[in-house]
Amino acid sequence: MTTRWFGAPVQRVEDDRLLRGHGRFTDDIGEDALECCFVRSPYAHARIITSIDAAAARAMPGVVAVYTAADLPFGGVDLPLLIPHPNLTHGRTQRCLASDIVRYSGEAVAFVVAENRYLAEDAAELVQVEYEPLPVVITPEVAARAEHLVHSDVPGNIAAEMLQEVGDVDAAMAAAPRRKRLRFRYERGAASPMEARAVWARWSSDEHRLTVYDSTQSPTSIRGGLAVLFSLPESSVDVIAPDVGGGFGPKIMLFYPDELLVPYAAMQLGRPVKWTEDRQEHFTAVNQERGQVHEVEVGFDDEGRLLALQDDFLHDGGAYTPYGIILPIITSAQVPGPYRIPNYRVRFRDLYTNAVPTSPYRGAGRPHACFVMERTLDAIAADLGIDRIEVRRRNLIQAGDFPYDVGVAWQDGNTVVYDSGNYPVLLDKAIALLGPKPAGDHVGMGIGIYVEGTGVGPYEGAHVQVLVSGKVVAATGIPNQGQAHATVWAQVVADELGVDVKDVEITSGDTRRFPWGVGTFASRGAVTAGNAMHVAARMVAAKARQIAADHLEADPADLELAGGRVRVKGSPDRGMPLGAVAVLSNPVRYAFGGGTEAATQFAAKPRPGPPLQDGEQPGLEATGYYSPPGSTWASGCHAAYVRVDPKTFRLEILKYVVVHDCGRVINPLVLQGQIEGGVAQGIAGAFYERLAYDEDGQLRNASFMEFLMPYATEIPAIEIDHIETPSPLNPLGVKGAGEAGVIPVGAVIGSAIEEALGVPITEMPLSPLKLYELSKAHPT
Amino acid sequence: MKVNGVSHPAPTDPRRLLSDHLRHDLGLTGTHVGCEHGVCGCCTVLLDGAPVRSCLMLAVQAERHEVTTIEGLARDQAPLHPVQQAFHECHGLQCGFCTPGFVMSVVGLLAQHPSPSAQEIEEGIAGNLCRCTGYASIRRSVLRAAALSSPLVGKGRDGAE
Repeated sequence: MTTRWFGAPVQRVEDDRLLRGHGRFTDDIGEDALECCFVRSPYAHARIITSIDAAAARAMPGVVAVYTAADLPFGGVDLPLLIPHPNLTHGRTQRCLASDIVRYSGEAVAFVVAENRYLAEDAAELVQVEYEPLPVVITPEVAARAEHLVHSDVPGNIAAEMLQEVGDVDAAMAAAPRRKRLRFRYERGAASPMEARAVWARWSSDEHRLTVYDSTQSPTSIRGGLAVLFSLPESSVDVIAPDVGGGFGPKIMLFYPDELLVPYAAMQLGRPVKWTEDRQEHFTAVNQERGQVHEVEVGFDDEGRLLALQDDFLHDGGAYTPYGIILPIITSAQVPGPYRIPNYRVRFRDLYTNAVPTSPYRGAGRPHACFVMERTLDAIAADLGIDRIEVRRRNLIQAGDFPYDVGVAWQDGNTVVYDSGNYPVLLDKAIALLGPKPAGDHVGMGIGIYVEGTGVGPYEGAHVQVLVSGKVVAATGIPNQGQAHATVWAQVVADELGVDVKDVEITSGDTRRFPWGVGTFASRGAVTAGNAMHVAARMVAAKARQIAADHLEADPADLELAGGRVRVKGSPDRGMPLGAVAVLSNPVRYAFGGGTEAATQFAAKPRPGPPLQDGEQPGLEATGYYSPPGSTWASGCHAAYVRVDPKTFRLEILKYVVVHDCGRVINPLVLQGQIEGGVAQGIAGAFYERLAYDEDGQLRNASFMEFLMPYATEIPAIEIDHIETPSPLNPLGVKGAGEAGVIPVGAVIGSAIEEALGVPITEMPLSPLKLYELSKAHPT
Repeated sequence: MKVNGVSHPAPTDPRRLLSDHLRHDLGLTGTHVGCEHGVCGCCTVLLDGAPVRSCLMLAVQAERHEVTTIEGLARDQAPLHPVQQAFHECHGLQCGFCTPGFVMSVVGLLAQHPSPSAQEIEEGIAGNLCRCTGYASIRRSVLRAAALSSPLVGKGRDGAE
């Protein structure tokens, strides 16, 4: 394979239409669609004591339908539990519309369809629901006390419990020269993509065909679910994720109630129907993540070497567990990070609370795991009076230790085995990049090293086709939310087919073009779909060489694809355009233009026998799949200097550096954007954004006025360096990069502030107010 | 009201937001709505040349004014406006949802400050939220846009890019 496009900073091919305002997001699709509004529970926990009265809303002019659970054929069906697990002994999922008990503020109760959104919102206010408030369970600590239950049939509020042990922790802890107990707390965060969620659906009774546009991270799964729900063959359901305005995790959750109600209403009413979420709904009805409380005991020697680690943590699952226990499994697996821990025991309890359910948000279980490990190492360094960098150096897994088996369960059903990496070099480079500490008071240094299991299975696929024009089209099932899929996969395909990257057009997330696949999550696009593109493109290249060989009277092994042609190596004049090979790949009776007369029955035949011989298929195209044997493990080291104003507690990030390893880099420009954006999201979650739930389970800051998503003024420039340890698990040698930037930021900022201000940092997020309180509690 | 140089009849619904009117009545869906309460800046358009939040205005308030949306910067297949071109060159966008708002804000910024200082850039884009880029590439895009917009560019004079 050439390396002409792979590795080059190719500018994005998707920019032009987005910059001209010609992007196509779900709410941009009109076609005279009816518009909708939910009636949502104002209580975090309540019983609905009368039947819901929608008569006044139904009678309002402009209202087309109002649905409650009683109106739906699937109103009594629990929504799917997406990822069952033997330890999830008490999994619970919500129903499309609640009719009996509501378990979080924002849970959907009724759905109004009207001629436009304004009328739907007016009508929603007329829907009468009488609630009897029930005791509210908010925060994992309150849930663990189990004084009240979120689900009356789930004792202790415990959805799942899981215990894993590697080595003999009790013996190692007892023998350890030093021991330390620590407690860490991480609060919920919100992904907050700039485009909230939206769904548009049309039912064609003539064609018996359902078409759904959905700002989802998994159109293939949505399609499967709709086909089951409505008893349609999958081939009669098209689901398209068009341009999606950021995902960051919550859009991999399915099925949100609207994803069933909008198609259902479209089928019932015979008109296109659209629902677009508003920002407040996004805060209260879209999944969140990160709430955990960790109780840690660590045993270590006088040199700071880790001997045993025990972590017992609570995970805030929210009101339901549609996504199973993936998050606490990831946390359990990722606490050890890049360090050798010979004896490790981890237990978690996944607890129900009266808040919106949790499912992955960029980082997905890892930022909290990293915070626990890195803060523990800082505590050991402080105890022993050893430099924080040196403590890390003494515990890092070494370059010769790969593959490294951590021995705990991973989210794909395998155990955690790091495939490649070089953690000591990451650390050295980061320290060099960080440089000397700036002068001044209240300046602190923070450091964090992390690993990230990326590119989980089960698989993705791709279809690659050369058109008779010589242009290439390729498609995969997973959708794009800004990661430049259309550019980076064009690079992968262009290399294999020897064409210009501009001649490759990628379609992603459209089941009409590619119906199989899983979705965009877990930093898996480049690994799974990228390698599937590579596999399919190689199959096309092999087919092109075979067809051209017959016509050029050459051995296929002597041919190469370059410059848009198939040609004889060393004799570039002996060859033919790729488009001409595409023509020959499809023997025709009727020439239809585009040079196809060359493939008609009286044209010169290069070989005897039938035009298509046994096993041959028409078209210069192929479908390929890539199914990873296990996750591939990216890694990185972040370091920063910060200054904290001792009076106002304003945070100033003086320098922030990242050294990153995601294996072979497909496009450094795109990678830089992923890292810069991830670090910004990490800074946001470390110091600015906080979900302020009160004890009644009400989110008191459900708007951008009070949930302080950073503007440019809060985010510093970031310096980035790379190393490349190719993954041995996939043909391209790549690892995922989408989530990495966010993972260690809490640990880094926490560590730096602890040094700058001299107060213990054991929780996230921080804020000026929190630092003020800590300073009062810990006067220097 | 004039939108991108074309006169349109007044909207009939008095409570229709300007953002909804542009998007759903006129089909100019390049103007996006990210929060509907004037914080995110995705819906930024130019009103008589100055950036405004179209989600905080009623459509009827725009009567007798000139509105410019992202679609009005570079028509059809015309070359990109210098600000659009700069965002492309500097990878100043990822998902593209906040992008039209940023571009319109930067057009407004450069009209006021053709050679903005770092501080002026910071303030000029501090009314727009982006969740993808971390802003670094947007800052680079603004600097590049200023250079591309400069009358020196393309004339081979010192100071041109």
